Amino acid sequence: MNAVLIALLALPLLGAALMLAPIGDRQALRLGTTVTGGTLLLSVVLAAGFDHDDPGRMQAVTDVSWIPALDVRLHLGVDGISLPLLVLTALLTFLCALYSVRKLPAGPGGRAFTGLLLLLQTGMLATFAVLDLVLFFLAFEIVLIPMYFLIARWGSGQKVAAANRFILYTLLGSAVMLLGFLLIGVQAGTFDMVALADAHGSGLSHTTQLVAALAVLVGLAVKAPAWPLHSWLPDAHTAAPTAGSVLLAGVMLKMGTYGLVRVLLPIVPDGTATFAPYLGAFAAVGIVYGSLACLALARKGAKGDLKRLIAYSSVGHMGFVLLGIASLTPTGLNGALFANVAHGLITGLLFFVVGAVKDRYGTADLDTLAGATGAALYGRAPRIGALLAFAAVASLGLPGLAGFWGELLAMYGAFDPAAGLSRPAFVTYMVLAGLGTLLTAAYLLIVVKRVCMGDPAQPAPVADLPDLKGYEAASWTPLAALTLLAGLWPALLLGLSDPAVKHLLGGG
Amino acid sequence: MATAHDLGQPLMTPLTPLAVADPGGLIQSVDWVAVAPPLIAALAALAVLVTDLFLPEARKRLLGWLSAAGLLAALAALLPLALGDTRSTFCFQSPGGGCSYTADHFALAFQLLALGGALLTVLLSLHTVETEELPGGEYWFLLLSSACGAALLPAARDLATLVIALEVATLPAFALVGLRRDGRGAESALKFFLSSVTATAVMLLGVSFVYAAAGTIQLQGIADGLAHAPGQLKPLAEAGAVLTLVGFAFKTAAVPFHFWVPDTYVGAPLPVAGYLSVVGKAAGLSGLALVTTLAFRPYGHTWGLVLAVLAALTMTFGNAAALRQRTDTPHGAVRLLAWSSVGQAGYLLVPLAAAGYAGTAEPLGATVAYALIYGLVNLGAFGAVALVGGSGRLDGFRGLAGRNRWAAFGLAFFLLCLAGLPPGVVGLFGKVVVFRSAVDAGLGWLAVVMAVNVVVALAYYLKWTALLFAPAAGEGAGEATGEAPGEAVAPRRTPAPLGAALGLAAVGAVVLSVAPQLVLQVVSGSLF
Repeated sequence: MNAVLIALLALPLLGAALMLAPIGDRQALRLGTTVTGGTLLLSVVLAAGFDHDDPGRMQAVTDVSWIPALDVRLHLGVDGISLPLLVLTALLTFLCALYSVRKLPAGPGGRAFTGLLLLLQTGMLATFAVLDLVLFFLAFEIVLIPMYFLIARWGSGQKVAAANRFILYTLLGSAVMLLGFLLIGVQAGTFDMVALADAHGSGLSHTTQLVAALAVLVGLAVKAPAWPLHSWLPDAHTAAPTAGSVLLAGVMLKMGTYGLVRVLLPIVPDGTATFAPYLGAFAAVGIVYGSLACLALARKGAKGDLKRLIAYSSVGHMGFVLLGIASLTPTGLNGALFANVAHGLITGLLFFVVGAVKDRYGTADLDTLAGATGAALYGRAPRIGALLAFAAVASLGLPGLAGFWGELLAMYGAFDPAAGLSRPAFVTYMVLAGLGTLLTAAYLLIVVKRVCMGDPAQPAPVADLPDLKGYEAASWTPLAALTLLAGLWPALLLGLSDPAVKHLLGGG
Repeated sequence: MATAHDLGQPLMTPLTPLAVADPGGLIQSVDWVAVAPPLIAALAALAVLVTDLFLPEARKRLLGWLSAAGLLAALAALLPLALGDTRSTFCFQSPGGGCSYTADHFALAFQLLALGGALLTVLLSLHTVETEELPGGEYWFLLLSSACGAALLPAARDLATLVIALEVATLPAFALVGLRRDGRGAESALKFFLSSVTATAVMLLGVSFVYAAAGTIQLQGIADGLAHAPGQLKPLAEAGAVLTLVGFAFKTAAVPFHFWVPDTYVGAPLPVAGYLSVVGKAAGLSGLALVTTLAFRPYGHTWGLVLAVLAALTMTFGNAAALRQRTDTPHGAVRLLAWSSVGQAGYLLVPLAAAGYAGTAEPLGATVAYALIYGLVNLGAFGAVALVGGSGRLDGFRGLAGRNRWAAFGLAFFLLCLAGLPPGVVGLFGKVVVFRSAVDAGLGWLAVVMAVNVVVALAYYLKWTALLFAPAAGEGAGEATGEAPGEAVAPRRTPAPLGAALGLAAVGAVVLSVAPQLVLQVVSGSLF
């Protein structure tokens, strides 16, 4: 099994290196699809070979020395927490590659695009697969340069400024995070995440835990992003090409929350417990703030950009994930991890659909799209309209779809937080989060009303509006299907994450 | 030598006893293997100077290759030393006396940097000497002499050898900077010369104070002498220590002794600028490390704090100035590299400061590792700038990827290594070890300052990297600036030595990125 995991990381890296060779753009794009397809296959094999009876145990483990001088080891492994994220990453990258073969955003060509996409995938997969703090930091950094160029070279609008903001913001966060890692490593004498998690904070003084937890928390909160460190996100999402937005929202935000669960919680438990109430407060504010921002953008005459709106909705949704983590209970953490994957599927789908709408109309400006009565996608392009409505309804947390369980469990976790945390405070956060769900439903329904409904006969910005095309259906259907599956059968994911979460919390 | 010994033996024995009790003690036995690396460089320098007299004008090119061969031989001489035990020579026979020359791991690592850096500089220079019609014999002689001094310095273990080695490394550099026969070269050489001589004078004053207070010039002896110095000599010793540090801080171009850097780099021939930024800096840094950790050990906390503040100021000033470089300034590329080298000098000082706090020489390993990495990629970046040529404006690099793919990839890789961001993995790990030394020594504030600086530095490295892959001027609609068409100089066929130097640096950086242990082993090993 460990060979599969190594191949999973090596294959995209190899593919990225291959893009240095002189090959044609079309060939490069097809090769990219093949490589990402192969990676997806490998991730499915990994999931199939995974011992589902014992998801709390690290499986497919490789542990060899890489840099003895720094005590850095190539330590890889998957458990019930990382497995769904690995599969999600492989799936979303494959769908992006598939989509880009037919719909390459305007930019310098397919070869560089594919190379960057594969490098990005390597970094994202590595983040979820490595079990060494220094390697985790390395993987965290690998994604920056490819995403920078994807935004700056293939994006639209204020793309260079947005890309700069994205990379500098994230790097500042991760540099601070590195200092936290080094403090942990120097004090505990190892960078091994499994050993550190098993030690559960013993060997680290309280002060060390506090300082390290704060540094790591800041770094991961920028990535997640937690309010008020989110301000890089709307610009980056708005400027990024469709594939970039999908991966940014679908996977890269999860790197932050995954880090919180994998690093912060088990390695510096005392520090985490100290900062959890603040994290919960920021999460609750983020939920309300994100929803209010979306409501403001969705209003008529606000000149709201649809991609920007979904970006702000991500701030709200990631707020639920952070709230679940902050509760420090198995329930809340399970909810957070479920919401992580659900948000990846749903927001990925939303960005795909909105990207397609933007390509067709030439703009994502909600007022231009909607005109006087609404864009009437139901009438003019019924399949795209239906998919948009489906994704929006899933995003607002309709029971039976993926968005429901994660947020419910996260709020339930906040209702009864771990011992030692202030219950009144967390109940307040839960109430705020509940208010957030209402606001979320409000703005998403407004979006559906303004984009999908309306009078098909009114004069539209574009005369010709083709409905769902074959390649679009191919790259979107898996996401829609999985959204439904995860909503109807949540045990599929919760069964994986629950034992692993209990193991991390030191309960079993 | 062996024959003289054999012949002399039968003649010497029947003589009457000499006036000295132990005649053998007067004859210094020199460990030639230990001193081979700087010695070979010096011999090669002389050989070049003499050969220059007999070579016809048309064949002066050979001198460059001769220099390269000399440096290769000097590098090869490092091998037996690296594999064997630490060797010392020029030792004092008197009790308690140390040795003036020690080839330990610290010395070997910096010798590798000095000689390897000089070799890369030679490869970069072959083309420049020809196109700019620099006087060949003098150029190679000066370069080799300077490299010899830089290789001698890290092995020096007394103040006299240290000062002499530093001067041997610096004096030829003045001439090298001034070799370009235009106004700019002369001006920058003069600027460099005057400020450097002032620093040397100050340092000599400091050295004499220290000698007066400690009663010895041996670095180890000074540490003992200072610890037991009588109370009334304390101020003298402290003043001496500060003045000595000033001299070395100047050579490393630490703030506030950094102002000569940009003008000197711009005025010098490009490879010489690269040489100064790597080998010149390494010489100053190794001297600083030796003086602080060996000689001034008793004052560890004081100079630790001074160096920490100096490091913070240096990286902040350097990076802020680099950030302010505009893309249309003439020689903007070299200016940017000059300021970035000031910023990098700040990172290099961090482990030195940590060594002061920790009270051991252990953190120095981070400086050594980072200096080796920095040397390799910085020379690579200078090489890529030399390859592109033109007016040296940053705008001239716009769209380089379209004209010369590999040069663009190479430069981008070097810049990302300097920034410390993957795919420049080796640069990242270089920064990690520096961070670790600071965190380990409890210098949390310095680590945070450095973290902010790394982010600031990324802004300008990335701006340049992005320019390489931007659409060429005039090609991208709306992105073209007001620059004249044809400003972006398309490179001619890549000259072979230049390509070799770039390839060498790139392959080295890639190999180190895959296997960082190769360079990072100095962090965990013992240095002295």
